[in-house]
Amino acid sequence: MDITRAIACDGIANKTPFYFYRLFGFSCARVLLSSLSSLASSPVSPPRQQSFLADRSTHRVDHRSMGDSQYSFSLTTFSPSGKLVQIEHALTAVGSGQTSLGIKAANGVVIATEKKLPSILVDETSVQKIQLMTTNIGVVYSGMGPDSRVLVRKSRKQAQQYYRLYKEPIPVTQLVRETAAVMQEFTQSGGVRPFGVSLLVAGYDDNGPQLYQVDPSGSYFAWKASAMGKNVSNAKTFLEKRYTDDMELDDAVHTAILTLKEGFEGQISGKNIEIGIIGADRKFRVLTPAEIDDYLAEVE
Amino acid sequence: MSIFEYNGSALVAMVGKNCFAIASDRRLGVQLQTIATDFQRIFKIHDKLYIGLSGLATDVQTLYQRLAFRHKLYQLREERDMKPETFASLVSALLYEKRFGPYFCQPVLAGLGDDNVPFICTMDCLGAKELAKDFVVSGTASESLYGACESMYKPNMEPEELFETISQALLSSVDRDCLSGWGGHVFVV
Repeated sequence: MDITRAIACDGIANKTPFYFYRLFGFSCARVLLSSLSSLASSPVSPPRQQSFLADRSTHRVDHRSMGDSQYSFSLTTFSPSGKLVQIEHALTAVGSGQTSLGIKAANGVVIATEKKLPSILVDETSVQKIQLMTTNIGVVYSGMGPDSRVLVRKSRKQAQQYYRLYKEPIPVTQLVRETAAVMQEFTQSGGVRPFGVSLLVAGYDDNGPQLYQVDPSGSYFAWKASAMGKNVSNAKTFLEKRYTDDMELDDAVHTAILTLKEGFEGQISGKNIEIGIIGADRKFRVLTPAEIDDYLAEVE
Repeated sequence: MSIFEYNGSALVAMVGKNCFAIASDRRLGVQLQTIATDFQRIFKIHDKLYIGLSGLATDVQTLYQRLAFRHKLYQLREERDMKPETFASLVSALLYEKRFGPYFCQPVLAGLGDDNVPFICTMDCLGAKELAKDFVVSGTASESLYGACESMYKPNMEPEELFETISQALLSSVDRDCLSGWGGHVFVV
């Protein structure tokens, strides 16, 4: 947009070299606009250099009034306090997303999430929030659904490339690292924004059951149990109380359901939550609504 | 004359009881003229994995450098050594990458996997794997090596006997081949 504006202005503003504006980049387009308006109002145009400087000073004042958004236009710009604001915003997007959680048991991992639909008219069978990355690795997200699909697609491709090279399924740590690398890249590249999702990755490989969380910044953590999205802190406190190291997979599913129930608005059922499990058979599986209902009956 | 026979080579690997042996000759020639008698064509990847590369000496060295590089990267990334099977797939993939301008090498792989189960295999220059339970051979002396190994090999040999067998098989085979010889290297793991 800046370039087109700059070009348009260039024509009217009496042959000022185009590259001059380019040099100053973004802010110059605005300067140009304001200098244009001053040109239009005064029939005799003042010396160009002078008007430019004058306008730039007003322009500065203008920016200051925008508060911290002045560091929001470019992702690669640190704010003076050392933060990358876009990443903070991405985390906010995650924080306001639907609750997801994961628990690592002694013999497997469970991940679960709310599946709140915008209207009762939506066919709930068409919404799948838990997905497979490989046969032995599953993932759930909190935040923006479309963003998660991009990540899942890239990660699946990575996993297949690994398999093609080594004829061996990709270890969970490797896939998590690759996924995190993609997310990091999107905090430092031009023309893109960070992903508005955090992922919980559950897998089982030679190193046993594993649970990882990957954040928009590209950092990742291994958890015994974790939660994200709305009600994180409540869910985490609940998990801290309930978690034990010797938990079996079935107990973990129960705990997962109870934790979801804590912050759930309305009646929980097999249709409005999703659960994925992986056990020692190393086959990740999303439970059917009927299976979830069975677990719900056990919990009550 | 094939480019595989330009420098001359003899390469063999055998499986014993919880052990393996891999052996090669030491000659580097240019056709019938001998250039060096201390040529190395068996390389250590890690403590329990060796690779022998027969064929054109220049490609032997280049391919080894690439494989060593890839394995070191793998070690750093995954904090573990490659399993022999995994390494075989890597070699195969690297060779097939050059499908239409191949490395003129025929690799022989020997290693110990989990629980020290021996693994040996060979490939053609395009990376088509050939797994074997007993022995694998390659190089210009491969025809005579086949004969020697078939008559000398016994299953479940202990390391000492395996060393003796593979050495005798190698020595008698290179005598039947003008392009290989001048002693040998033997590794028993």
